[in-house]
This record gives sequence, C-alpha cells and structure tokens, in this order.
Amino acid sequence: MENNNALYVALSLVLNLDATLYQIVILSLQVSLLAVLVAAVIGFPLGAAVALWRFPGRGGAIIALNAMMGLPPVVAGLTVYILLSRAGPLGEWGLLFTPSAMVIAQVVLVLPILAALSRQKVDELLGEYQEQFISLNMSRSRMMPTLLWDARFALLTILLAGFGRASAEVGAVMMVGGNIEGVTRVMTTAIVLETSKGDLPLALGLGIVLLTLVMLVNAGAYVVGELTKRRMG
Amino acid sequence: MNRILSFVFASATTIGLAFNASASDFITLASTTSTENSGLFSSTLPQFTAATGIQVRVVAVGTGQAFEIARRGDADSLLVHDTSGEQRFIENGFASERVDVMYNDFVLIGPADDPANVSAANSAADAFAAIADARAPFASRGDDSGTNRAELSLWKDAGVELDGDWYRELGSGMGPTLNTAAAMDAYVMSDRATWVAFKNRQNLTLLFEGDEVLFNQYGSLLLSEEKHPYLKHDLAKQWHNWLISEAGQQAIANFKVNEQQLFFPNAK
Amino acid sequence: MTSLNVPMMDAALIAPLPSLHFDDVAFSHQGELLLGPCSFTLGGVGPTLVMGPNGAGKSLMLRLAHGLISPTQGSVSWSCGERPRQAMVFQQPVLLRRSALANLTHALAVNNTPRKARMPLAREALARFGLAARADTPARVLSGGEQQRLALARAWALSPSVLFLDEPTSALDPAATKAVEAAVQEFHQRGTRIVMTTHDLHQARRLAGDVLFLSGGKVREHTSAESFFNGPASKEAQAFMAGELIE
Repeated sequence: MENNNALYVALSLVLNLDATLYQIVILSLQVSLLAVLVAAVIGFPLGAAVALWRFPGRGGAIIALNAMMGLPPVVAGLTVYILLSRAGPLGEWGLLFTPSAMVIAQVVLVLPILAALSRQKVDELLGEYQEQFISLNMSRSRMMPTLLWDARFALLTILLAGFGRASAEVGAVMMVGGNIEGVTRVMTTAIVLETSKGDLPLALGLGIVLLTLVMLVNAGAYVVGELTKRRMG
Repeated sequence: MNRILSFVFASATTIGLAFNASASDFITLASTTSTENSGLFSSTLPQFTAATGIQVRVVAVGTGQAFEIARRGDADSLLVHDTSGEQRFIENGFASERVDVMYNDFVLIGPADDPANVSAANSAADAFAAIADARAPFASRGDDSGTNRAELSLWKDAGVELDGDWYRELGSGMGPTLNTAAAMDAYVMSDRATWVAFKNRQNLTLLFEGDEVLFNQYGSLLLSEEKHPYLKHDLAKQWHNWLISEAGQQAIANFKVNEQQLFFPNAK
Repeated sequence: MTSLNVPMMDAALIAPLPSLHFDDVAFSHQGELLLGPCSFTLGGVGPTLVMGPNGAGKSLMLRLAHGLISPTQGSVSWSCGERPRQAMVFQQPVLLRRSALANLTHALAVNNTPRKARMPLAREALARFGLAARADTPARVLSGGEQQRLALARAWALSPSVLFLDEPTSALDPAATKAVEAAVQEFHQRGTRIVMTTHDLHQARRLAGDVLFLSGGKVREHTSAESFFNGPASKEAQAFMAGELIE
C-alpha cells in the first residue's frame, strides 16, 4: 500500500523505529547538543566579559557579535571547510567529513548568538547589581560567575535559540560533513537528499520528525526551567 | 553545582566516545550525486566491505566539487563521470591512474505533451535542436557537473546558441533540477539512474533515449601519492581494483531499480 | 532582638570606631557641581544620621563615603589608614536571584570567608534577623520588609566596621521600619560605625548620636543630635525642621 501523506510517512518512520532514522536522529542530537555545549562554555563567559569590561574597540566587538548572529551557514561551513581541508591550516587533524567537523561548524554558527544575547542579558543584570557588587568589593572577574548564574533562566532560553539554529541549519553540516550515510548524515542533510531524489513526502516526513524533536528538547528545557524557577525564584 | 558539572563532563565524554567508536578501516570516496541518489552505493558497498573489511564513506557532490575535494586531498578515492576532465586531472598530477568502470546513459525528459516533438527525433542533436527551435523551456543544471558539461557539448553539437529565456540555468544538483523542471513543465537532461529513482515526476516523462552520444562513462581514479602522501592509498587501491574485478563488475550489473539495470559495467 | 532602650554608648567600649574624613571633597557630573566642596570628620560613636531635603546630596555623600563613586575633587580617607570593612544597605535592597540563604553565602564567599564557616554564619545571621524560616525562599519573593532585613542580615554576616544605610525604611510599613531600626541599634552596639540617611525626623530623633545636615549639595551643619534637635544653628536646618514639623 502506498501512501504519500507526509504526516503518515513521519508517523510510520517513528513507529517502525526505523534503524537508519534512529541513527540519524541520534547523530543530529549529538552534533547539535555538543556544539551548543561547547559554544556555551566559550560564548557565555565571552558575552559576560564584553558586558563587564571596558576596552578599546568594545563597541566594534558588540556590533561584530550582533552581526555574526546572521552569519549564513554556508559561509560558516565554507570557512571551516577551508580550515579543516587537508590543504588548509588545520588539515593535519584529519577532521573533514567527520562529526567533529560538523560540531566545529555549528559552534561557529551558534557561538555569536550565545555571546551576543548573553552579553545583552548580563549587561542588563549588571545595571541592577552594580552598586551592590562594588559595595561587596567584588572584582569584575568575580562578578562574572555571579551574573551568569543569576541570568540562568535567560541563558537557558538563549541556549535553546542556539540549539534551534544548530539543529535547523543544513548548509554548514552539508559542506563539512559531506552527508555520508551512517557517518555524517543528519536530519537536515537527509531532508535535502530525499528532496533531491524527488521523494517529497519522505523529505517532509523527516522534517516533521525534526520539528517534533526540536519541540521535545524545548519542552524539556521549559519544564526544567519552570521547576527550578519555582524552587529558586 | 558540582553534580551538574560532572554530568556535563560525563555526557561530553560519552558523545566524544560515540564519535570515535565508528573509526575502523575506511576510505572517503568523492563521487557524484547520480551514483549515490540512485542507490547504487547502498547496494554495492556492503559487498565490498564484506569482502575486504573496508568501509567506504561516500561524499556525493557534483563532479566539479568532487574534483576539488580530491585536488585538496580531502578524499582517498574518486569516482566521477567526466572522461576529459579526469584525463586533465591526471595530466596535472593529481591522480596517477584512471580506469573505465561502468557507464549509464543520459535521457531527455520533458512534459508529456512534448511541445517540441522531441520523441520523434532521430538523434540527440535533432532532439536538442527541436527544443531550441520551439523555444520550449529547458532546465539546465548549470553547476559545472559532469552532466552539465555533457549537456553543453550536446548543445554545441546541435549548433544551438544558448540565448533567450527558454534556457534556464538553475545552478543545482540533478534532483533539485528535476524538481524544478517538473514544476515549470520544462525539458531537462538527466542521467538515467537519477531519473528512474526520482519520485516527484508530476507531468514529466522520458521522451528521448538511446543515442550513443548520450552514453555517460564513469571512471575510477587513483590519487597521487606524491601530492597527498597521507591518504589511505593502500585501501583506496583495494577499492579501485575491486570495482574493476569480476565481483565488482557483477555487483554493478546486479543493481536494479524497478527491474531496470541502471549501470553497465565495462571495465577492460 | 534588643530593645530600643539599651544605652548606645556601650559601643565605644568594644573597639574604637574608624573615623571618616572628607577633605575638600566635591563631586560634579558633566560640569555641574552636585556636592561640596565639603570637609568634615565623622568621629565619635554615632550613629551619624545624614539629613536634609530631597536633592540635598545625601545619597551622593553616602556613595562617596562608601567608595561606590570617586570624588572629582578632594579625598575620602579613614583613620585606620586602609579602607575598613564596610557594607551598605540600599533603599531598594539589591538581592540576587537565589534563596535568602544563598544570598548570604554568596556574600560570604565573595568576602573570602572559609567555605566551612559560610553556612553557620549565614544561618546565624538569618536567625538574628528573624528569617530562619525563610532560608530557602527565593529572595525576590520575600516581602519588602523581609527583603530589607535580608539585606541587613547580609551586612551583618560580613561583620563590617562601617555600615552605610541609604533611606532603608522609606518604602516600609511601621512594623518593618521598627525592625530595621532595632537592627541598626544592634549593629551600633556591636561596634559598627553607622552612617545613615533619612528624611524622617522622628526616626532621626530615635537613632541619631550626631547629625550631618546637608542642603543644596553643601554640609550646613554637623553637630550632636541633642543640640541639633534642641535648635539647629543653620538657617537651612531651621527651615527644614519647621517644614518637616508643619507636615
């Protein structure tokens, strides 16, 4: 029996626990979550630092960070591709066409979002806390962890925005991952592939699965956020 | 706080390990979308892996990009369909050896009502000339792929100047070009493999086939050991030799979609 | 908490309070002189109540004294040479988005209190200010009075030599105000120099050891509470008292 309905395709993909789909979903989650994690470890302190310290060229740095939020994924992908290519400066690492390369490309995409938005939030919080901080005789570097922790609910939302961008983009992972079956094929590149095969219902079905996945991650983060908010204020 | 941190580290390590777990013997093969999209690789690669224990990771891109990947040393092996380009690649020192592996053929696709009456043409040149005369919309890949290069030389043979808005360069792969052609009822030249496996045909149908000039030869290349000494030349050589071995050639011949053989082994 | 009748002079017996010197201090912003130039010394035992009409520069003076801002002219110095341990309680308490207890342990951590000592100190301070039951409550859902008591508890835990308070009761109801005043007394008895601004004459009467009167960015009078409330010497203070009493 043939059924071309995308929703039906999506449902049967999920219900049949299709092994290939399962593997693609896991890889998508691994790559995007790891990219967001790495970007957060770098991006949040970076955003907080730009909010906290005054240095020459700070205005330019803020503008650059904000502008980088709109970096086209293919440009990020191309840049990482050229860096990681055997002929490029980091070619010796042999990372091109591996999941690590995809993580690096997504970190490049997500980092500006996390840094720019966390800077904004930390700036706002700093305005409120500054006098108390100086009163407590805190150094700027001591203020950073306090501000980041107190901005935690906003940071969670920012993290989700980053995850959304990472899991939705295709240009960068396609270029540096190569869409290799079983190795670097993720949800978005699989959708592109099925589209190019003209199998639009399957492509759309995969799209529905991806959307559901992103919604689940968001819902999970929302619940965790609400629970801790209720507990910790 | 400490518990959160240790959890984060634990998951990061787990993810890192998961990535490494798949690192057995493998080569990276740069090839074209036509071979990947048709399902040829899904059918033949497991047989090669079973015979040698070597995994083949296929990066399927346009022929132009496949050459570029190999030129930069980012793939261990190359399987493409642009014989003159392949020869130039060897002349420039990027590859040491090229062999014929198989061929498939190009077919001319168009709207079922066939306004240019292509189905009545006697040769590919006639068919292309008929489309130009009727100024019927034609969707070209325009992406410097092997198919695109073959198409351009066919227009040249037909003596057609490519001007006017009937000729549309899309800058896309084969699949997206077929999708677009289906949406605008345009003529399009496709490799047979992609066409047979293509599902979103709408009003499109196969109108012309069989002229020998439409044959599309695939070649496998051994990449230069001098230019890229770190590549897995030993493994790549096993793959190269398997393709032209009896087992490899048989695997190619056995691959069928809808009872139809798509690639014809012709290693010498 | 101790009652209001305890004699305040005990404080002086515990330890000499660091005295604060303003030497020709002025503060201007964008070319406009907002405070000073003024010179005075806060010696004695206090508590010092800084009074004056709105816009007199009371808060500004407090912030200069505490070091939140730097004077554009002159210098602020302490008798003990280096900057003494000090804390400040603001009109609107600035509390972190954490539990009441965590607000205290954070301040102690910042203050380099050894990790093991933080929790007992924090709990002791919470209990002292009647907040033991609220330890795990998010600080920002406490009532206004509780929040101000938490700010005082935070200051208490840091055991400062000097405590600045900027209109700490202006947003509170009478019961909460009474609790804050009792706390101020307790700090005072512990041997903490108190410098507090208020516009409430009755509060000043209840708490003041000496009064620093400001108007128009200038120090008009610095005298003992007794002589100030018996009849201020400066015209500005007289006018202020008259106005306050009419209200």
